[in-house]
Amino acid sequence: MLYHITRNTASAVALKDIPTVDYIDLYNDLAERMRDERYHPAHYFAAQTAEGLRFFLLLLDDRESTVMISSFVPDYYSEEGMPSLTAVHPSFHVFEREMHELYGIRFNGHPWCKPLRFPWDRRDKNSTMDSYPFYKMSGSSLHEVNVGPIHAGIIEPGAFRFICNGEQVLHLEIALGYQHRGVEREMTRTQNSLRRALLGESVAGDTAVAHATAYADLVEKLSGGHVGENLVRERGVALELERIAMHIADTGALSMDIGFQLFQVACEALRTMTINTTQAWCGNRFGKGLIRPFGSFHPLTADKAAMIRSNIADIRRRYNEVRLDMKESPSLLARFEQCGVVPREEMLRIGGVGTAARASGLLRDLRSTHPFGVYTDMICHDSIVKRHGDVMARLMMRCREVLQSADYIESLLSGYEPAAAVPEPRYDVPLAADALSFSLVEGWRGEICHVALTDARGSIVKYKIKDPSLHNWLALALAVRGEGISDFPICNKSFNLSYCGHDL
Amino acid sequence: MIFGKLRILHSHGRQYIPDLSKVELTAEFRGRPVLTEDGDSRDIERAAAICPTGAISPHPFTLDMGRCMFCGECARCAPRNIRFTNDYRIGATRREDLVIAAGQSAMRFDHSAVRDEVRRMFSRSLHLREVSAGGDASIEMELGATGNVNFDFGRFGVSFTASPRHADGLVLTGPITKNMAEALDICYRAIPEPKILIVCGSEACSGGLFAESEAVDRSWLDSRRVDLWLPGAPTHPMTFIDAVTSLRKKR
Repeated sequence: MLYHITRNTASAVALKDIPTVDYIDLYNDLAERMRDERYHPAHYFAAQTAEGLRFFLLLLDDRESTVMISSFVPDYYSEEGMPSLTAVHPSFHVFEREMHELYGIRFNGHPWCKPLRFPWDRRDKNSTMDSYPFYKMSGSSLHEVNVGPIHAGIIEPGAFRFICNGEQVLHLEIALGYQHRGVEREMTRTQNSLRRALLGESVAGDTAVAHATAYADLVEKLSGGHVGENLVRERGVALELERIAMHIADTGALSMDIGFQLFQVACEALRTMTINTTQAWCGNRFGKGLIRPFGSFHPLTADKAAMIRSNIADIRRRYNEVRLDMKESPSLLARFEQCGVVPREEMLRIGGVGTAARASGLLRDLRSTHPFGVYTDMICHDSIVKRHGDVMARLMMRCREVLQSADYIESLLSGYEPAAAVPEPRYDVPLAADALSFSLVEGWRGEICHVALTDARGSIVKYKIKDPSLHNWLALALAVRGEGISDFPICNKSFNLSYCGHDL
Repeated sequence: MIFGKLRILHSHGRQYIPDLSKVELTAEFRGRPVLTEDGDSRDIERAAAICPTGAISPHPFTLDMGRCMFCGECARCAPRNIRFTNDYRIGATRREDLVIAAGQSAMRFDHSAVRDEVRRMFSRSLHLREVSAGGDASIEMELGATGNVNFDFGRFGVSFTASPRHADGLVLTGPITKNMAEALDICYRAIPEPKILIVCGSEACSGGLFAESEAVDRSWLDSRRVDLWLPGAPTHPMTFIDAVTSLRKKR
C-alpha cells in the first residue's frame, strides 16, 4: 500500500495511518500514474519529524474524488540525492524547488532547479534576490527587458525578465519572493486560533474568503466537529460573492488595458456594488472577519439575505449587458482572440489549475471533482470549460462564472429561513493529536490547499499553504512566448495571479 | 452594437459621489473604536488576550489602531468596553495619535505636524507613487479604487503615477518584507524633494500580523519622516481620501 486514501469531506488523518514508503517505489508508481490526467499533485512538502525529514505527498484523483496521501523518509545523509519527479512530470517543479531551497535536497535531473521565493529560512543564505539566475540567450538581434519588482500600477511587486527579438518575446522568466512575509511560520508560532484565522485571510487579500474558509475547514476537520447547514450555506454565499467581485474586477482591468473605457467604468461600478454588498453583510469589503472556525459573528438575517439577493440580481443583469456587448466589439476581439494561448497539453504538463486551466480546456475544479461545503449537496456544480486557452477564453470564463455564481447565490438564498441560529465562532476547541489535516477549496483563481500537522499535544507544528498562483505563474510565462511584448499586460491581467499567495 | 453600449450607459447611470465629505458608510463597517471604562477590567483583559496583534492594553485602557486588524473580536469579548463605530476618519499625522484612549470621541488630526511646504506645494496637485512591500493585494486594490468612477479622487488633483520621478510622495503598503526593502529605498530616493511619505494600512503602520516575522525588516521606516499614518485592514478608500484632503487643506 503506497497511499492512504481519503476524501475532501473526511476528517483529519492520523499520522500513523499514512504509509511511509520507499521513495523509489513511490517514484516508479508516479512515473506510471501521472500519465493519466485524472491525477495531479495538491501538495508535496517536507516536515521535520522525530524520524527526521519526512516528505508528504497529497495526490488528487479527479475521477474517484479521492485524495491519496503518501510519505517517505529519505536518508538525509545520502550523498546521492533523489531522482527528480519534475523530470517525469513538470507539475512537480515548484514543490521540488521549494524543498531544495529550504533544505538543500538534491533532486537529480531537475531541469529548472532555481530559487522559488527566497524565504528567510532558506538553506543557502548566499542566494539572494539580486543573484537570481535568469536564463540567458545570446545573439546580436536579441535584447533583454527587465520589468519590476515595482510595476507601473498599484500592484504587488515581482520581477519579470523578457528576452525579445525585436517586439517578439522569445522567453519570459518571472522571479518572485519580494512579498515573502513568512506566513507559514507565523501560523505555527501561535496557538491563538483567531490569529491564525486572520493570517489565513491575509495569505492573499483578494482571496480572503477562500483562504479563511480553507483554514476554518482544516481546523474543523482536526476537531472532528460537525458544522451546521446554515453556516455551510453562508460560507458558500461568501465564496461566490468573492468570485463575482474578482471576476468583475478582472473584466474591468482587461478592458482598461486595451483602452475600452465603457466596459472598464461599468465593471468598476459593478465591482464596487458587489464588495459594498459584502461590506453591508460583514463590515469589510473583502469579507475579512466573515469566515471563522465553527461559527460566524455575522449571521445572515432575513433583511441581509434580501439585500444580497436584490443587489446580485441587479449586478447580474447589468454585467450580462456588458458581456453581450463585449462579444460584439471588434476592437476588443481583435486584441483578445488568439493572444496569449496556452494549449491544453502545456497546461496539463505544468499542472495548471483553476480558471486558467479551464479556459485551456482542462477541467480542474474542486467544486465538481472534490466537492466541499455547499457543493456536496446544496449545489450540483457544473464546471464551465473553454477550449481556446487565449485571453478571450480566460475573459469569457470569468463572464460565464459570474452569471453562474449569481445563480448559485440566488438558489442558496431563495427560501432560506435564517431561523436556526448560526453558532458563534470557537477558538479553543482541542485538536486531534499526531494528525494530518488538509482542506481543498476552489477560490476564484483556483485550487487552494492548506495542510497542517499536529504533535502529540494537538498543537499545529507544521502549516503548508498552496495558492493556485504557485502553479499558474508558469502558465503566464508560457502564454507570452511568441507574442508582442506590448501584449504582455493583457496576458498578465487575464491570469491576474497573486504575488503574496505565491511568496507566502 | 451601438444599442448595446447605450444600454450599458443607461444602466451605469451616474456613479460618482458628488460630495466626498458627506459620505457615510454602512453601520456594519468597523472604523474608529470607542473605549469605555466601567471599573470592571476582566472583559478588557480577555479582549487584550485574544487580540491577534496585541493592540489592546488594559492598564491604562488603550487601543492602538496602528496595530488593529479591525476584526472586531474584542468588541465581542468586551461589548460594554469596546465598540467600533462606522467613522472612517482615522488618519493621523503622528503615530501616537493612532492610540485611542478610553473616553476619546474623535480622532486627533494634528495640523501643526504638517509641514508648510506640503500645504503650499501639494494643495492643488499631488501625484503619488505606491510601493507594496508585502501588502496582501486588498489594500492595493483599495488605493486603486480611490481613483475609480465612484470615488474619483482624481478630480481634486490627486492621482497615482508610474514613475517615482514624476511623484510628489510615496504611499507604502505592507509590513516591509526583507526582500523588498532595497527596492523600496531605491524608489523613495528617486522621488524628488520635497516629498511626502504616507504609510497606509495597519500592516505598514506596525507590521500588523507580521510584526514579529523574521521575513520582515522595518528598519527602513525608523529613519524616515512619515507625513500620514493610515490604519485599516485594508484601509478604506474614504479613510485615504479624508486624510489626504485634511493634509492638503490650507489653514
